Amino acid sequence: MNMIHAEKLVYEYDKRDEEGNVIGTNRAIDGVDIDVPQGSFVAVLGHNGSGKSTLAKHMNAILIPTGGTVWVDGQDTKDPENLWDVRKSAGMVFQNPDNQIIGTVVEEDVGFGPENIGIPTDEIWERVGESLRLVGMTEYRASSPNKLSGGQKQRVAIAGVIAMEPKCIVLDEPTAMLDPNGRKEVLQAVARLRKEKNVTVILITHYMEEVIDADQVFVMDSGHIVMHGTPREIFGRADELKSYRMDVPQVTMLAEELRKRGLDIPKGILRREELVEALCRLR
Amino acid sequence: MIRDITIGQYYPVKSRIHSLDPRVKIICTLLFLVSLFVQSSFLGYVIATLFLGMVIYMSKVPLKYIVKGLKPIVILLMFTVVMNLFLTRGGETLLHFWIFTITEEGVRTSVFMALRLMYLVAGSSLMTFTTSPNGLMDGMEKLLNPLNKLHLPVHEVAMIMSIALRFIPILLEETDKIMKAQIARGADFESGNIIQRAKAMIPILVPLFVSAFRRANDLAMAMEARCYHGGEGRTRMKPLKYNGRDKAAYLITILYAAGVFAVGKFVPFQLWIF
Repeated sequence: MNMIHAEKLVYEYDKRDEEGNVIGTNRAIDGVDIDVPQGSFVAVLGHNGSGKSTLAKHMNAILIPTGGTVWVDGQDTKDPENLWDVRKSAGMVFQNPDNQIIGTVVEEDVGFGPENIGIPTDEIWERVGESLRLVGMTEYRASSPNKLSGGQKQRVAIAGVIAMEPKCIVLDEPTAMLDPNGRKEVLQAVARLRKEKNVTVILITHYMEEVIDADQVFVMDSGHIVMHGTPREIFGRADELKSYRMDVPQVTMLAEELRKRGLDIPKGILRREELVEALCRLR
Repeated sequence: MIRDITIGQYYPVKSRIHSLDPRVKIICTLLFLVSLFVQSSFLGYVIATLFLGMVIYMSKVPLKYIVKGLKPIVILLMFTVVMNLFLTRGGETLLHFWIFTITEEGVRTSVFMALRLMYLVAGSSLMTFTTSPNGLMDGMEKLLNPLNKLHLPVHEVAMIMSIALRFIPILLEETDKIMKAQIARGADFESGNIIQRAKAMIPILVPLFVSAFRRANDLAMAMEARCYHGGEGRTRMKPLKYNGRDKAAYLITILYAAGVFAVGKFVPFQLWIF
């Protein structure tokens, strides 16, 4: 069964001049079809303004489609009756870690979601403990979020979503504002989640390195899905990616250049180890 | 400089005061504040000092931290003391020069006034030091719950206050950043008269407001994404329940307040003019 299923999704918003008069409409998403199977890890890549964040916001009914339909866990997001169920099944982590932490103590923030959906007190404590353990933030449970680093804050935000036990997590550029260390921490937490909880993960990003473990990659450009496939397939088409203003990972790039110079290296190398292996095999 | 403001900040340690029910702390703080204002006897202040000292000691909040919290009121304090000292008349004249007269009553009122103000700020900041803003919000909400019947949005107001508290340090940091950015572009905040200085603040305030609105927008979205839909049907991670210790705290505070009141009324002890 598909966790998320979108058909001919269109989202338009009004363009306004400086006085606020409507002077036309902008299509942020234009006829997108997307399928996310349960338990899979799907990445959506795209340049700034490609519509990838807008797409993410459709996955838990923050935005309602102008045209077409999105089903989350079988429920139409357009129906106001389904609103809270949709948001319960698809949790969302946003870009700015500061602007999504509500609690003034880490554990209280993680408990915010479960409180909202009416979980009994004892179970909230269990869920909070478990979620903090999963993201490796147990030792900070009593500290103030202001004292944490960006990566730690983002992990708290993830824990806050996990505590609601969603079937699917949408991460909307969770690493865009973090330093390399913070990025690594967040990605490790996500990987652990997938392993231990088997939740569906949808990662919106513009960092190529983050998507190499994905089951499927979608590339977006000006509101359309322009490429779709496994990371290997996608990165094998480096020139096409470049036309959408995206760069392939360095290793892939190097392998590609070497291949062009006539070395016998397979297409779509993703990891350093693979390249090393391929090069060793040459001798 | 702005980072030094400690009022309204939570000081996270484990202590007997921290673990009290927020409602107890709110009501006891109110009682303490009232006790400061209904009496003005020397012994009453001795008892108040002992009581405050005991609570500070039990709370494990360093005294230094509390004294730092008094800094913002220093000017107000000086003003009050000077005004009371020179303008209150009564009792014997202690000092007289040119147009200034200091009387016994003036000294007495100004000393007591200063003590009152300091204890007031120390007492109420002790409450925020020992209660997490969420706890404070829960306590307020529960205490004001009867107002719900009058269709006042008690939960919403409590939520707004706790979010405001959460964003104080973030916005302070942001102000700092914007200020530095404007200084780097040649803005001058130090010189000129008060009007010029106020005008110089505009390039700080405008971006600060823009960013605050953006943050508010993001936060609202994040809250909605986590199924926030007002107080209805919400459960509590930390529900408020009185236990033995809370009752003991009430009892001690009531005894203290009664003691202060009784001493002021019935014990005619006087030390010099106080």
